[in-house]
Amino acid sequence: MPASLFLEQTLNGLQFGLMLFLLAAGLTLVFGIMDMINLAHGSLYMIGAYFMASFSQMTGSFWGGMALALVATAIVGALLEMSLLRRLYGRDHLTQVLATFAIILIANEVVRIVWGSQPMLLNTPADLAGPVTLPGGMQYASYRLAIIAVGAVVALLLYLLVAKTRVGMLVRAGASNREMAIAMGVNIRRLFTAVFALGAALCALAGAMLGPILAVQVGMGENILILAFVVIVIGGTGSIRGAFVGSLLVGIVDTGGRAFLPLFFGVFLPPQFASAAGPAIASVLIYLLMAVVLYFRPQGLFPARG
Amino acid sequence: MQGKLAGVAIGALLAFSAQAASELKIGFLSTLSGPAGSIGIEIRDGFNLALKLAGGKLGGLPTEMIFADDTLNPDTGRQLAERLLKRDRVNLMTGVVFSNVMLAVWPTINESKVFYVAPNATPTTITGKGCSPYFFSASWPNEAHHEAAGAFAQSKGYKNAYLIAPNYPAGKDALTGFKRMYKGNIVAEVYPKLNQLDYSTELAQLRAAKPDAVYAFLPGGMGINFIKQFNAAGLPKEMQLIVPGFASDQDIVRAVGDPMLGLFDTSHWAYDLDNEGNRKFVAEFEKEYKRLPSLFAEQGYTTALIIDQAVRDAKGKVEDEKAFRAALMSAPERAKTPRGSFKEAANGTPIQDYYVRELVKDKDGRIVNRKVDTILKQHQDFWLKDCGMK
Repeated sequence: MPASLFLEQTLNGLQFGLMLFLLAAGLTLVFGIMDMINLAHGSLYMIGAYFMASFSQMTGSFWGGMALALVATAIVGALLEMSLLRRLYGRDHLTQVLATFAIILIANEVVRIVWGSQPMLLNTPADLAGPVTLPGGMQYASYRLAIIAVGAVVALLLYLLVAKTRVGMLVRAGASNREMAIAMGVNIRRLFTAVFALGAALCALAGAMLGPILAVQVGMGENILILAFVVIVIGGTGSIRGAFVGSLLVGIVDTGGRAFLPLFFGVFLPPQFASAAGPAIASVLIYLLMAVVLYFRPQGLFPARG
Repeated sequence: MQGKLAGVAIGALLAFSAQAASELKIGFLSTLSGPAGSIGIEIRDGFNLALKLAGGKLGGLPTEMIFADDTLNPDTGRQLAERLLKRDRVNLMTGVVFSNVMLAVWPTINESKVFYVAPNATPTTITGKGCSPYFFSASWPNEAHHEAAGAFAQSKGYKNAYLIAPNYPAGKDALTGFKRMYKGNIVAEVYPKLNQLDYSTELAQLRAAKPDAVYAFLPGGMGINFIKQFNAAGLPKEMQLIVPGFASDQDIVRAVGDPMLGLFDTSHWAYDLDNEGNRKFVAEFEKEYKRLPSLFAEQGYTTALIIDQAVRDAKGKVEDEKAFRAALMSAPERAKTPRGSFKEAANGTPIQDYYVRELVKDKDGRIVNRKVDTILKQHQDFWLKDCGMK
């Protein structure tokens, strides 16, 4: 295997992992702090991508459209939390799953009514449309590099927010012991709404950044939501650090598995078995990873609750 | 006493069924919601346009449409088919988009002896060994677009081809169809899992393998993802991407935009086919829906035209199996379809031409699938050989 192919696949894994992180970060905060399973998280991702497609067409600017989409999705998230989800915090997980699953169906139909059933047009900005040549002569899509950059910057900002600010302290307090945080006088309602809006904005960022390389269509959130759940189970619920490590693990294992397993099997299996077994095992690899992590660390790698 | 009553009832029913129907009830079972719902809606729009142009009467009979949404779930499809056939007692069925739903609902329809006119899915198991007089396709046999693509790659003299399709039965069938016609070297056959989002792995392999052509059978959202990412990676300059026509028509063009330009696809129809039926279809469709039709809309429209012609030819006797089957088999020759006039093979599949289309901008700046060549002439279903019907 040439070194450039190995490097390219590693970058691919990194890029995929960082995108998953944007989704998983919001999900893990909601799950960890509010003890709430929110299946509708993927719907916010979809709504973010649709806002992005509309606003960038309206304003004619990719980044301007993105700013508007983030704000709009955060508002939708806050409204959703205040009107509906707030009533579910005290309920058991089954009720939350049922109710938020209903929100998925409603969101899909609302999006269809507002934007129509056809997938939306959303392309990369012109200056990021083609590949760039990296040092060493390797070609790589410039837009994917932009995704890596945005993902890394957001991860850093989130880390600073959670680890170094007063809001972050409240968030950590809420995640590790909610009752105690309330007893100490934290306005948990406002905190929850803020966290939820932040999670929605991160979803919108993921939707907006992924939109140009993925189909912007009804139901786009469900596919990726499963991966985001795998990430937070691996990383440990409520932990931003866990979400970060989990995302990168899932991204790299998934991409690496698809890229290298068929080659690996090809070494000692006849070609027809290798070409069948490689993709089959690669597609379950992240679930194997999850099972192994759960076996040794049932709370995930970095649980928020000691 | 009861026995006598039942006898009278049966007699009355028999007498009723021999008469010409006074109205037509069509069950339209399709995928109308969810991520793939846009395809069913496109077919329905085409069908409704033909119905509207015919003044709400197909074959001169007042027509009632009963729509049902299978949500791409075979079990739901089967239940809805039961309901349409048993409770609503429809005279005709149509509408199914996906082959897996088709295979699930087909036994129910076949046993009810109700004619089914396929506006899309025409799976090989129903056209080959399992062929039936109640099945009639107004679209194309499942492998035909792929065979045309293989023939095109062959005619272009591409020495190496890279094939990619989702890991499910239709994906394997698609590549089988391609390989039937393409005799060059196949550098790799890749089967990513269904609904894969990110193709960076495959694109990296593509860049390393340097084939002359890539054939991608990735329907719906998967195709959108792949084409966008293929472009972002700068690969169009290095190799030719070929796709089946149903994965690159107007519904996909509207979502992908400029990255579509320069692709080749293969189809049984093109918006610029030069015949009377097509000019009328494209103009009326644009007037009604303010967008260019896709081939799915054409299939829905043609389905309605063929039903219209067949009901008219059979003088409304939809229940008279022999007469209606004969009328259906000859209808595509006289119904002025957007594909012109075509014949049907004994297994109820069209014998028709397949075209190569290039994605280009027209004079108004719209991206269109312009016909460049006829790649297969009067092509018929490969599986006809396994069907015993005459």
